[in-house]
Amino acid sequence: MNQDTRAGQDAPPDYGDWEPVIGLEVHAQLLTESKLFCGCSASFGAAPNSHTCPVCMGFPGVLPVLNERALELSLRTSVATGCRIPPVARWARKNYFYPDLPKGFQVSMFDEPLAVEGFVEIDTPEGLKSVRLTRIHMEEDAGKSIHDAHEAHSLVDLNRTGVPLMEIVSEPDMSSAAEAVAYLRALRSILLYLEVCDGNMDEGSFRCDANVSVRRLGATELTTRTETKNMNSFRSVERAIDFEIRRQIELVGDGGRVTQETRSWDADRGRSTPMRSKEHAHDYRYFPEPDLLPLETSQERVEALRAELPELPRARRARFVSQYGLPEYDAEVLTARRDLGDYFEAAVAVHDSAKSISNWVMGDVLRLVREGRLDGALVIQKWPVSADHLAQLVQLIDDSTISGKIAKTVFDEMHQSGDAPGDIVERKGLRQVTDQSAITAAVDSVLEQQPDKVAEYHGGKDKLIGFFVGQVMKATGGKANPKAVNEILRARLAKP
Amino acid sequence: MANLDLWTIQDARRALDAGDTSSVELTEALLGRISAHEPTIGALITVTGERALADARAADERRASGERKPLLGIPIVLKDIFATEGIRTTCASKILEDFVPPYDADATTRLATSGAVLLGKANMDEFAMGSSNENSAFDPTRNPWDPSRVPGGSSGGSAAAVAAGECLGSLGTDTGGSIRLPASYCGVVGLKPTYGRCSRYGVIAYASSLDQVGPFAHTARDAATLLQVIAGHDPRDSTSAHREVPNYEAALTGDLSGVRIGVPAEYFVDGLAPAVEKATRDAIETLGARGAKIVNVSLPHTSYAVATYYLLGTAEASSNLARYDGVKYGLRTQKGGELLDMYRQTRDEGFGTEVKRRILLGTYALSAGYYDAYYLKAQKVRTLIRQDFIRAFESCDLIASPTASTTAFRLGERSDDPLSMYLTDIFTVPANLAGLPGLSLACGFDDNGLPIGLQILAPAFAEAEALRAADAYQRDTDFHTRRPALSQGDSSR
Ligand SMILES: [Zn+2]
Repeated sequence: MNQDTRAGQDAPPDYGDWEPVIGLEVHAQLLTESKLFCGCSASFGAAPNSHTCPVCMGFPGVLPVLNERALELSLRTSVATGCRIPPVARWARKNYFYPDLPKGFQVSMFDEPLAVEGFVEIDTPEGLKSVRLTRIHMEEDAGKSIHDAHEAHSLVDLNRTGVPLMEIVSEPDMSSAAEAVAYLRALRSILLYLEVCDGNMDEGSFRCDANVSVRRLGATELTTRTETKNMNSFRSVERAIDFEIRRQIELVGDGGRVTQETRSWDADRGRSTPMRSKEHAHDYRYFPEPDLLPLETSQERVEALRAELPELPRARRARFVSQYGLPEYDAEVLTARRDLGDYFEAAVAVHDSAKSISNWVMGDVLRLVREGRLDGALVIQKWPVSADHLAQLVQLIDDSTISGKIAKTVFDEMHQSGDAPGDIVERKGLRQVTDQSAITAAVDSVLEQQPDKVAEYHGGKDKLIGFFVGQVMKATGGKANPKAVNEILRARLAKP
Repeated sequence: MANLDLWTIQDARRALDAGDTSSVELTEALLGRISAHEPTIGALITVTGERALADARAADERRASGERKPLLGIPIVLKDIFATEGIRTTCASKILEDFVPPYDADATTRLATSGAVLLGKANMDEFAMGSSNENSAFDPTRNPWDPSRVPGGSSGGSAAAVAAGECLGSLGTDTGGSIRLPASYCGVVGLKPTYGRCSRYGVIAYASSLDQVGPFAHTARDAATLLQVIAGHDPRDSTSAHREVPNYEAALTGDLSGVRIGVPAEYFVDGLAPAVEKATRDAIETLGARGAKIVNVSLPHTSYAVATYYLLGTAEASSNLARYDGVKYGLRTQKGGELLDMYRQTRDEGFGTEVKRRILLGTYALSAGYYDAYYLKAQKVRTLIRQDFIRAFESCDLIASPTASTTAFRLGERSDDPLSMYLTDIFTVPANLAGLPGLSLACGFDDNGLPIGLQILAPAFAEAEALRAADAYQRDTDFHTRRPALSQGDSSR
């Protein structure tokens, strides 16, 4: 929504004669009401362990039942990212012991994922780039261990346990931190368009792990990579990957070797530290989950999903440029979120003044949406200023009923009251004064009170015209038409 | 009350319908028998006397208001693997010794809805892992026909409770023969339905792709009555079949004309006790005399079944039993320590030797570097065994064989030799791997007076056909009417 969206457009970073090789594993929480295998609420922020039942707590003898909605959303994503969807996907158990993993295994997918071989397009300084997706699979989230709340004990919150996740694994196709972020933004934007994920990185409903390695420019061999975790903003992702690239270049440049390990990003200290090395890696003993049937997806279902796909951000961006004549930048900002684009289009449909509406949406609308912490959630339609009202506001400016300056006041009032701009203008008497005689009277009055300034003006201080305009506007409570004020002032001040 | 010793569910149903007895009276009589026999047999881990009497009173009221259901007021027993809300469910393990589930298994619910009276929770091998009931973390169950012998496992308590006349019917689970083997050793009917026929919801998992719920009773007709209640789709079990449940009792016509019964050569091998072989062949002849056509069939991969079962079953078990970690419920070690120490110590104290052995086997079979050689290969053999049956059922409608190669062995006889214990399941395991229904019924007694079991296997969802053959057999024979001579049985009440 801001300059960050253009991260991929910056000058390429200088890594000398080294080429970073980056792949991302994204975990996106699916926008379902309930968990993946039970009826518990999947919502965030409830009292610890209040969203639990025998199934998600792994009680003896209970069994999982698939949430069909989660499958639907995952398939929608798979189709939208151009994946091939094999006829059969299989659930697998990933076995490991941890207190926040109540069954002692996580239900995931292993060698037969839901979807394979997709792609996401991004812009780079060198032009369009297609980042390949290795696979998309579904899995259940684990719970949360809290180690610092109690001196001698760790606490476990199982509200997240069983929340449906979609894991989207890219090929190692990115070669800078900026590209990685561009990919992540593009992917997030697609997920928001598809309404499959709320994209909230703070709450962890959209998170990523970065696999990073470096090799000499032009080399093709695979080198040892590390995996970095715990980045909860785009900025963290960019910094963490850049840190890791530079760390590895320095290490290898000094004749050292990169150790295959998992690292944890510390945003406060601006560095990552090792979590566990390969020697301590788990043997997850994956095997097919016998309590769930294989997922069979027919070609008909894939085609039906394809037919229902909404217009995706890149296509919409291009259309905004061609249809509304917007600059690329505006089109990109407005299409980064589906709700924002919808809002813009709804407003333009009421009053055909695309660039003015775009300026309002990118400026005041986004500012207030952000201040209201509505970012990331698909709530702009419920926001007090409807697209209809915004369009009416721009119309009032365009037909000179109010000035652009007064419009800001009206907009703030619209945001607070939810009222239509026309009503606010009438109620508060904000209609612009265009009556020549009223403005002339105000101008004369100002000039009479400021004989010294008038003399200075006549003495050659042309810039004082701005001062006089300001005084007249003040005298008219901001309602005078600035253009008319300017004209009448200049006429009155002309030497007799 | 008439001689309770000989009662079947059908007898009790008639007596209740006729007003000759009440469910409360029947329940009290059976609770009396439980008190008398339990010190010898040890079939039950928990006796739910109060619950039973409350159930019985409710059933009598329902009956008084005109309700008629086949199991209304009939006292039964559940293997302690079925979750029972508010009643401790131990799975015969120390790790769940005090576990009281906040939910009922699907079978528990269905029986309660049908009006059955819960007398208690039956003893078993810990986590259903065993063939003798000696692996119970509590006392072993003994065979009512000879208390120095095992009842078979793992549903040995459920089988022994029926054989000892402590209840009129019971439920068990069968993962590799855990219903059919104890049915054979205890001389009762035990039916393992098709995988997916009955819900596994609330049944504490041993090996999820093999476990199946089924009934024990004295007669095929009683087994049919019980199956009728517990069969059917359950939306809480994704592997439960969406398939209509036929009327099992209506299938018991006694008519076997035209039914082709296959006899697999691979089930009549060296090591088969002569008395068992003779009784089995005689039983097949009896079925032939009823009109069945006896044909030879082959199940060529039978010899791989036990190895396959012990790889797949233990692999699934190693994962299913990971949840018993001391964190959420069940036993947690009192010894302190770090997280890993807590896990290790809890599981070391909580699990018995056989459970640990199978967890280790299964963990090994799934480990990196061994998966292909063990788990994956076993899956392939499982497919071959399944295909064996598909081919065999092209030329026959049912398959008849011994249930076990011997009659009940003595306690301790095979405890030190896990392999010989595992081979006990040799004739029962293939049906689990293929997901097919099978039952065992008494077809004779050996020189020691121990029951011999005839196994009848059927194609998927053909439980009615297996029951029809078993019922026809019981019309012509009286092995199912014999009862063990338990001392001080107060059947006179
Ligand atoms: Zn739940």
